[in-house]
Amino acid sequence: MLSRRIGKQFCGHFKGSFGRFQSTLVVAEHNNETLTPITQNTITAAKNLGGNISVLVAGTKCGPAAEALSKTDGITKVLVAESDIFKGLTVENLTALIVATQNKNKYTHILAGASTLGKTVIPRVAAKLDVSPISDVIGIKSTDTFIRSIYAGNAIQTIQANDPIKILSIRGTSFEPATLGSGSATIEKVPVEGCDTQLSEFVSQELSKSDRPELTSAKVVVSGGRGMKSSDNFKILFDLADKLNAAVGASRAAVDAGYAPSHFLVGQTGSIIAPDLYIAVGISGAIQHLAGMKDSKTIVAINKDPEAPIFQVADYGLVEDLFKAVPEMTGKL
Amino acid sequence: MARVLVGVKRVIDYAVKIRVKPDKTGVVTDGVKHSMNPFDEIAVEEAVRLKEKKLASEIIAITCGPAQSQEALRTALAMGVDKGIHVEVSGPEYETLQPIHVSKILAKIAQNEKIDLIILGKQAIDDDSNQTAQMTSGFLDWSLATFASKIEKGEKDVTVTRDIDGGHEVVTLKLPAIVSADLRLNEPRYATLPNIMKAKKKPIQKLSPKDLGVDTTPRIKIISVEDPPTRQAGQIVPDVDTLIAKLKEKGHC
Repeated sequence: MLSRRIGKQFCGHFKGSFGRFQSTLVVAEHNNETLTPITQNTITAAKNLGGNISVLVAGTKCGPAAEALSKTDGITKVLVAESDIFKGLTVENLTALIVATQNKNKYTHILAGASTLGKTVIPRVAAKLDVSPISDVIGIKSTDTFIRSIYAGNAIQTIQANDPIKILSIRGTSFEPATLGSGSATIEKVPVEGCDTQLSEFVSQELSKSDRPELTSAKVVVSGGRGMKSSDNFKILFDLADKLNAAVGASRAAVDAGYAPSHFLVGQTGSIIAPDLYIAVGISGAIQHLAGMKDSKTIVAINKDPEAPIFQVADYGLVEDLFKAVPEMTGKL
Repeated sequence: MARVLVGVKRVIDYAVKIRVKPDKTGVVTDGVKHSMNPFDEIAVEEAVRLKEKKLASEIIAITCGPAQSQEALRTALAMGVDKGIHVEVSGPEYETLQPIHVSKILAKIAQNEKIDLIILGKQAIDDDSNQTAQMTSGFLDWSLATFASKIEKGEKDVTVTRDIDGGHEVVTLKLPAIVSADLRLNEPRYATLPNIMKAKKKPIQKLSPKDLGVDTTPRIKIISVEDPPTRQAGQIVPDVDTLIAKLKEKGHC
């Protein structure tokens, strides 16, 4: 009897710590040409859970993403669902595919990056499986205990999920990207029958073209706020960004005033980023904005108001008129 | 004409600097200013505009929460909503109430009230979950568009412009449908005093999750709520040259 108890204990311990019986499905994100970087961060989060990792690639053209994933370290299997029904990757069809894959393979965890796509599809999948999902996870303590931020990053919550399947979206900036290159995962086709829900139809997409790095993965970000005064004035930020090979962001005030397009938005309601260097120009530093950038390694604030709250989080603050300081900085770099 | 359901949540006002409770069980809510979740105001505004364009026949607002949650309903009624439904959840049950429970309640109400279109805020600014619209669509098996910046209602469908990473996209949803509102969808109106007075006479129906057959058993255990790590105080530099020197020192440029 004693040995049985010990055996049981050992089993439980084994399962918990080593993830022997864990299996994770990661929903990949790609644009039919290249893999979206947040998928690599999500794979790292999956590795923290232990166990086997399979990655699901859905789209009209999955070849390039599947190829890259098959070489990613730590992945066992790449599941490919290539079909015209995934044009524009509508949430209803993608959900049907993930649920069918889950019902067949019985994963313990389903993960996606907390991008627009992941934030949209993860909760719908969770509802279909009657599971309470966990959004925007910033830390993994064990296979059922996760850390996330609430109240615009002003409190950190640790929660234990009771549901048998854990369904999570992962904040990309909280996990290092998994390296692509040396792995050798098998590529397997998955059936797509029954996944065409015809509930919605993709009409069109318009992505802004830019030679600058993408906001959420850029090492350096230069952001403008209300102090920029006009959209034309953003040119001085673009010039500085070009010198630093930086992406350009904006505060809510700048977006609402029409100075910057909405996809520039950094904050609780926009992108949450953590670059090596964040330069806030003419941004006061409202809590909603800080929620999107306060995990940046180094924060620089340029603002003529010495009382601006942004200076409380800035590593280096420069109290000066931005229209003088920014061009000067660009000239001297 | 469509029957529209909007969800509203009473949350700590967006401008309040929140405080974590010393015992790490949550954040201090007593005596703190609350108001309607900003994204829900946008959802309500959009519904009212649909009614003004004669595209919606009746708008129902629903809230789940303790007695004080009715404040959010009254605000919605004052903005032009026709009637309110208050699903009362309080005490410890409210503390572990999650989007999964709210979504099941919304799905039930949508069926009972023969709703054609549900508009919700994209996320509540307290739990920052961003789940309820998506989950409700899953429970009902209705079409879904999140992060809407434009909604155009047709006879049998609704065309939605969505904000996505790096730009925007357009999708057409078959009705019945669920849309979640992003900040850019509209500029919510202020409730005028006469409308606030009129709203007091509008009906609010009170229900419990049990009445709707929804089980609110917690799916999560809150282990702790803590303050985020604080950043080391920085320094003010005198000029651009010093700033550049500091950044070079750190290897940033």
